[in-house]
Amino acid sequence: MAITSEGLEKKLREELECTHVELVDESGGCGAKFSALIVSNKFEGKPLLQRHRMVNACLAEELKSIHAFSMKTLTPAKWEEQQGKS
Amino acid sequence: MNFLCRKTFSTLGRRVVAQSQQQLWVRCMSNYSTANSGSKEHIQELINKDDIVVFMKGVPEQPMCGFSNVVVQILRMHGVEKFGSHNVLDDDSLRQGIKEFSNWPTIPQVYFKGEFLGGTDIMMEMHQNGELIDELKKLGIRSALLDEEKE
Repeated sequence: MAITSEGLEKKLREELECTHVELVDESGGCGAKFSALIVSNKFEGKPLLQRHRMVNACLAEELKSIHAFSMKTLTPAKWEEQQGKS
Repeated sequence: MNFLCRKTFSTLGRRVVAQSQQQLWVRCMSNYSTANSGSKEHIQELINKDDIVVFMKGVPEQPMCGFSNVVVQILRMHGVEKFGSHNVLDDDSLRQGIKEFSNWPTIPQVYFKGEFLGGTDIMMEMHQNGELIDELKKLGIRSALLDEEKE
């Protein structure tokens, strides 16, 4: 089954208790290339590497068949701050 | 991010043109994988050998993937031209081995002084928020961007 943005988003929301997720399928629908903005309370106080590891662990199965996955990981506070700016 | 990508890709384009077919062929053939190149011991040796080590697709002069290219170009912007680089496309054992070693699913992977720093996203973020300058300083490298800002 092809990997979809919806599937990835659902898993991230459930497992990482994300308050906000934006997923962009950059593959044109074949499910091989995604970029993600992931906002979760669970990132609070955690360094960047650890946040990325949490996402990698959450999507371990899916990442095996995704060719390219780039992400931004933010805490809700940081996300709000960025929203305010733009 | 977009700006950087466009800039780096055009740089890459020129490099590709500059490289002769023959050189390419030699490169493809020159680095056959050995049976244990993906072993923990061998990877540990590789990351201990140089202060900065990049496991990437292609070589710094000619990255074979946009993500690997971004990492090389970021290092260049900071004036880092010399670093250990290992082409996983030439070595399937290393390609699998490094993913397990770092517990990281993607290539490129960057190591500073034997410690895993991250992949492209992390390098990009550390580049943008200035942390990369501090990390380089820990290795005794003064980022070229510091001098550029003064001028």
